[in-house]
Amino acid sequence: MLINCPYCGPRDVIEFTYQGDGNRERPQAASQNLDAWNAYVYDRLNPAGDHNEIWQHSGGCRAHLRVVRNTLTHEISSTAFAHGGHKSAARHKAEGKS
Amino acid sequence: MAEYSAFSLLKNALTGNKDWKPAWRKPDPKASYDVIVIGGGGHGLSTAYYLAKEHGITNVAVLEKGWLGSGNVGRNTTAVRSNYLLPANTRFYEHSMKLWENLSHDLNYNVMFSQRGCLNLAHTPGQFDDLARRGNAMRHLGVDAELMTTAEIARLVPAIDVSGSARFPIVGGLMQRRAGTARHDAVAWGYARGADRRGVDIVENCEVTGFLRDGDRITGVTTTRGEIRAKKVALAVAGSTGRVMQLAGIDHMPIESHVLQAFVSESLKPIIDTILTFGMGHFYISQSDKGGLVYGGDLDGYNSYAQRGSLPIVDEVMSEMLALFPGLARVRMLRSWGGVCDMSMDGSPIITTGPLPGMYLNCGWCYGGFKATPASGWCFAWTIAKDEPHEFNAPFMLDRFYRGLVIDDKGQGATPRLH
Repeated sequence: MLINCPYCGPRDVIEFTYQGDGNRERPQAASQNLDAWNAYVYDRLNPAGDHNEIWQHSGGCRAHLRVVRNTLTHEISSTAFAHGGHKSAARHKAEGKS
Repeated sequence: MAEYSAFSLLKNALTGNKDWKPAWRKPDPKASYDVIVIGGGGHGLSTAYYLAKEHGITNVAVLEKGWLGSGNVGRNTTAVRSNYLLPANTRFYEHSMKLWENLSHDLNYNVMFSQRGCLNLAHTPGQFDDLARRGNAMRHLGVDAELMTTAEIARLVPAIDVSGSARFPIVGGLMQRRAGTARHDAVAWGYARGADRRGVDIVENCEVTGFLRDGDRITGVTTTRGEIRAKKVALAVAGSTGRVMQLAGIDHMPIESHVLQAFVSESLKPIIDTILTFGMGHFYISQSDKGGLVYGGDLDGYNSYAQRGSLPIVDEVMSEMLALFPGLARVRMLRSWGGVCDMSMDGSPIITTGPLPGMYLNCGWCYGGFKATPASGWCFAWTIAKDEPHEFNAPFMLDRFYRGLVIDDKGQGATPRLH
C-alpha cells in the first residue's frame, strides 16, 4: 500500500503510523462533559468501505495526514494534511524551495 | 448410546457406512424463534449449544451468512491458554480451559485438544521479572504456571537458538503446561452437531440484512431468506460487529476491525511440541499434527475488513521466526491467510446485554477468540437466558468503558492495534 504524502510523494505504508478514526472530536481541555470525553476516547466509526482516518508519516516528514481509505479494498481516494500542514513547511513550499 | 463410539464405528463399517446421519440438518428458517444467534462461528454455535444444554432453550436459530465455520473459527492458529495477568481475564479464560479439558467428552466429538503447553519467552531480565509476576498472579488464582530457565528451554525445544549470540538472547520463560491446541474445524462441527441434536436450527447462507424493531426494541431480523422474528436477538459476529451494529443504527462502538494474518509451512518431522511465543516482537508458533508449522505475528495495523494481509507483516513475521529458529531459514511457507479481528479498546472482550432492548452482544475478541470459544458461549448463553451476566462475564459488559473499569491486560490504553 502506498500513501501519497503531500510533502514527500508516494511512500510505502511501513513509513507511516496509523492513528485511527479521523472523525473523533477532542473536547475542550476544560470540558467536564463526560459523555463527550468517553466518546472521544473509546468510540470509533468502523465502516466497511471508505474510512476517514489519521496517519502520521513518522518515518518521513512526520506530518499528520487525513487519508480516506477503503477498508475493503485498501484503495486511497484522498490524502491531505490533517490540520492544513505545518506553517513553516507550507511557507517553504509557497516560496518554491525544495 | 453415544452417536460416535467404537461400537457405532464398527456397526457402520459393517453396514457399508450408509446410515451415518449428517452432523447437522439444513432446515429452512421458521417464522419465529425464542432466540436468534447471528453468526455461525465458534462463539455463535457454542452459545446455541449451551442455551440448549444448560438452559433448556431449544427454539433457537443460528444464522450464518456463508457456510458454517467459514470465518475466524477456521482462520486462527488454534492456541488455547489461560495465562493472563488481570483477575477478570484469568477467571474467565480458566473457566474456558476447564471446559476445553472435557470438551471432546461433552460433545462426543473429538476436538483433538492437545495440552502441549505454551511457553512465553523472555529476552531481558526485566521481561523475565514481568513473566514471574504474571506467573504468580496466575498461581494465586489456581492456574498452573512455572518459570523455566534457558537450559530447561533448550531441552524442551532443541531447535531454538538459546546462545548468547542470538539476535535476542533468551533469559528464561513462563510455561503453562495445561495450555495447548485444538482442531478448530472440529470445534465448530462438534458444537454444531451438539446444538442441532438438541433442536437448534442452523441456517447457513442466510445473511442478516437488517433488524425488525418495535420502537427501540429489536424484535427480529430481515435476512436473505426472509423475515425472522425472535424474542431475543444475539450477535456473535466477531470482525463483522461494526457492519451488523450499523444495520441496527449504531455507528459508534469501542471496536475497530483489523486484519490478522496466519501462516503454515510445509510439513516437517516433529520439531516443536509446544506453543512458543517470542518476547521481542509479536510472534507465536506451534506445529500441527500434520507437521506444518503454524505461526503468526502482529496485526497489519490499520482498519480492514479484507480477509487478506499485506507483505510488510509477512516479512516481519518471517524475520522474527528466524531470530528464534535460524535453522528454519530454508523451510517453505505453504499458505497464508487473514482473518478480521474485532479489536476492543482495552484488549478484552465484550459479552453483554444490550445495547438495545432485545439485543445481546458478544464481540471484542481481539486475537484471542478461539481459546475463549467454550466460555464465551457458556457465559453468553447465561446472559441471554437470564438477562444478566454470570459473574465470569460481569466484568466484560459494554458499559465498563464509560465507568472507568477497563480490563487492559497489556496496559496499552485505547489503541486497538497495539493490544
